[in-house]
Amino acid sequence: MTRTAGADDVLHARDISLRFPGVQALDNVALRLRAGEVHALLGQNGAGKSSLIKVLTGACTTHTGGIELDGSIVRPATPLDAQHLGISTVYQEVTLCPNLTVAENIAAGRYPRRSWLKGGGIDWQAVNQRARAAMAALDLQIDVTRQLSSFPVAIRQMVAIARATSIDARVLILDEPTSSLDEREVAQLFAVMDRLRRQGMAVLFVTHFLDQVYAICDRMTVLRNGRLVGEYTTAELGQAGLVAAMVGRELQSGSLPARSSAAQDTPGSAAMLELQQVQRRGSLHAVDLSIGHGEIVGVAGLLGSGRTELARLIFGLDRPDGGTMAINGSAVHLHGPANAIRHGLAFCPEERKTEGIVGELPVRENIVLALQARKGLLRRIPWREQQELAARLIDALGIITAGIEAPVNQLSGGNQQKVVLARWLATQPALLILDEPTRGIDIAAKEDLMRAVAELAGKGMAVLFISAEIREVLRVSDRVVVMRERRKVGELAGDCDEQAVYALIAEQA
Amino acid sequence: MRSLKTLRAPLASLAILLVIGTLTNHGFLKITWQDGHLQGALIDVLNHAAPLILVSLGMMAVIAIRGIDISVGAVVAISAAVAATLISQADAAAGPAALCMAIGGALAVSALCGVWNGLLVVKVGMQPIVATLILMIAGRGIAQLITSGQIITIYYAPYAVIGNGYLLGIPVALLIALAVTLALQLALNRTALGLFIRAIGLNPAAAHIAGIRARGISLCLYTLCGLAAGVAGLIISSNVKSADGNNAGQLLELDAILAVALGGTSLNGGRFTVAGTVLGALIIQTLTTVIYASGLPPQVNLAFKAVLVFAALLLQSTGARDLLRRLLVRPRSQA
Repeated sequence: MTRTAGADDVLHARDISLRFPGVQALDNVALRLRAGEVHALLGQNGAGKSSLIKVLTGACTTHTGGIELDGSIVRPATPLDAQHLGISTVYQEVTLCPNLTVAENIAAGRYPRRSWLKGGGIDWQAVNQRARAAMAALDLQIDVTRQLSSFPVAIRQMVAIARATSIDARVLILDEPTSSLDEREVAQLFAVMDRLRRQGMAVLFVTHFLDQVYAICDRMTVLRNGRLVGEYTTAELGQAGLVAAMVGRELQSGSLPARSSAAQDTPGSAAMLELQQVQRRGSLHAVDLSIGHGEIVGVAGLLGSGRTELARLIFGLDRPDGGTMAINGSAVHLHGPANAIRHGLAFCPEERKTEGIVGELPVRENIVLALQARKGLLRRIPWREQQELAARLIDALGIITAGIEAPVNQLSGGNQQKVVLARWLATQPALLILDEPTRGIDIAAKEDLMRAVAELAGKGMAVLFISAEIREVLRVSDRVVVMRERRKVGELAGDCDEQAVYALIAEQA
Repeated sequence: MRSLKTLRAPLASLAILLVIGTLTNHGFLKITWQDGHLQGALIDVLNHAAPLILVSLGMMAVIAIRGIDISVGAVVAISAAVAATLISQADAAAGPAALCMAIGGALAVSALCGVWNGLLVVKVGMQPIVATLILMIAGRGIAQLITSGQIITIYYAPYAVIGNGYLLGIPVALLIALAVTLALQLALNRTALGLFIRAIGLNPAAAHIAGIRARGISLCLYTLCGLAAGVAGLIISSNVKSADGNNAGQLLELDAILAVALGGTSLNGGRFTVAGTVLGALIIQTLTTVIYASGLPPQVNLAFKAVLVFAALLLQSTGARDLLRRLLVRPRSQA
């Protein structure tokens, strides 16, 4: 029963199939976007969201099936072509030039020219005026002549949206725009999305955050394994039903492995890590912190609250200008990661792609990297041992890969994150620092990761768990450190109420 | 298996050059045994390629960690100048001790040049091309200061063995290059050096966080690069029995970069091949020999070389290969 495009359908893609060597990325997928709606595109990593977006934006042209835009069949050949047709995209990693001004970024590639009578060249006044108008349309007043790099990520995201919508766009695709934003910034973005919706645009919103889907979206399309699961309104399908649709099985959350308190410190013994008044000018105010063996300490705070800075100081990536740090009761001065690793520390950074994985190296080499670095240049881990180690960790963490020799950048985001975790588990650390380990990964991978962390703590590993998702932090942590404006503002028990954390974060100094 | 695939293009280039060589000189591939050693145009190519092979391997190592060293030509001159000066000063009593002094001194100074480059890049944080540009310019001056602006002739006969001698019938220079190649290959594969270099070249930030001491390794590789240029300087000065501060190793850095690129090493860092680099150096030396042997008028030499280098680089480029494939495939798909 094929429904013909309704009057309010802006975009109707049907029977889209796409094959990559060895993978059926999309299998007869359909998508309908209406004017004046925010439509969520949902699915786990590898479900086919990125592939579908690539087809819609002309980044991929080897598909079969048709795309109908405003009633006429289109076949965007390149992203630029798609833009001209009225399909604009804002990608997960903001793809603007930080060294140009906001106005230059918005106008880049289509600068208005002055008439040759006035001497020709670029009409900078018009550039700035247009930029101001584009930002005003999003209800944002910023100085468009300032460099983009002087603004926080959230504003840059808005600039990217302003750039995308300043071309006469009918369809705006937002690919995980909220993954690097804190909650206040997300609210700001939603206001912009709502405005665009009222202007009659069709917004396709790709995200992993289910709460956000229900906060802003009208309808949603769910994909699984390259196939269409269904199209629903947010009213008809609740969150539990949505998760089931995405995962294909009911996920029971809240059942992390119980940990025996025996693994945790007995009173009186030295803490695994003890910070006293550790600080760094311009980055972190003095912090006291103690983590015991087998304890999971969560760090909650908004973006820019100092949570990543704290992790970097502990791991020796930045040097503190004051305070003392002790490991197992003896004072240490860490100068660099190599030194920190020797003391049993491990650090999964927030930026998985740029600081975590080495994309072109195979899974095996990515996993042995830190252990080999600790062993040094000359004591090379024998081939057989590398294979065994990699195979064991791939198995233990449930990493899905074509093989231990597959390049890591062929893996999905969640599996890449697991590879980074595996790299550190190979060094058998005493303290594992996880900075936003669940960012941009799917629900099943998130569950696996949280479970692994809880299990490790059960075996005596100390964990510092940093996340913007307060619920996640509370679920896994024994204790929660709350940070705001580059200082620690409080410490709560792990079983405290979510609202208590919010109150502490929101409290005015 | 995979390494063989990446070597396909340089191997093809070399094969084509050898065919051209045979066409212009029918005895090109002939190797004979004369006067107790191997002889022939091919042996000459291998012998003369030795300095370039050494310099190219050093270049490959720094390029693999996203660096570059354009001072190698100048370091060749410095090394030659130091060796020649040391050995000519001790001329009257020149013996094995003086020879060792000369070689040791030249290599120590070359290594020091590499350390200097490495420190500028690692500690001062200069861009590698700018940092090594300093020594590229200053190095020629230093070499001329050492030789007092003269071309120093080396009369001590044993020194000539490095560049002209034979061991078991095989040129000594070739043996040195071979030994260095094998040693480097072993160091890269039998220790974790290869893994560390790849990690640093592909993602320096991730390598740093994983605990790899990238600065130390970079410094070592720049030193290695200087040292390799130093050995090349010894071979070159021994071959011509003199040291010319102005002309020794002139433009060698560019040939080395070309050899590295021809061999299939990525100039973006992270991906390198020792065998490919050696092949790249051999391609360039074969090219030079073929041109000289071709009997073409000297004024077309450079133009001819440019055409051949361009062809070899096209063979390497995936873009050109795709274009060729499309041009070849199109008529069929239309039919």
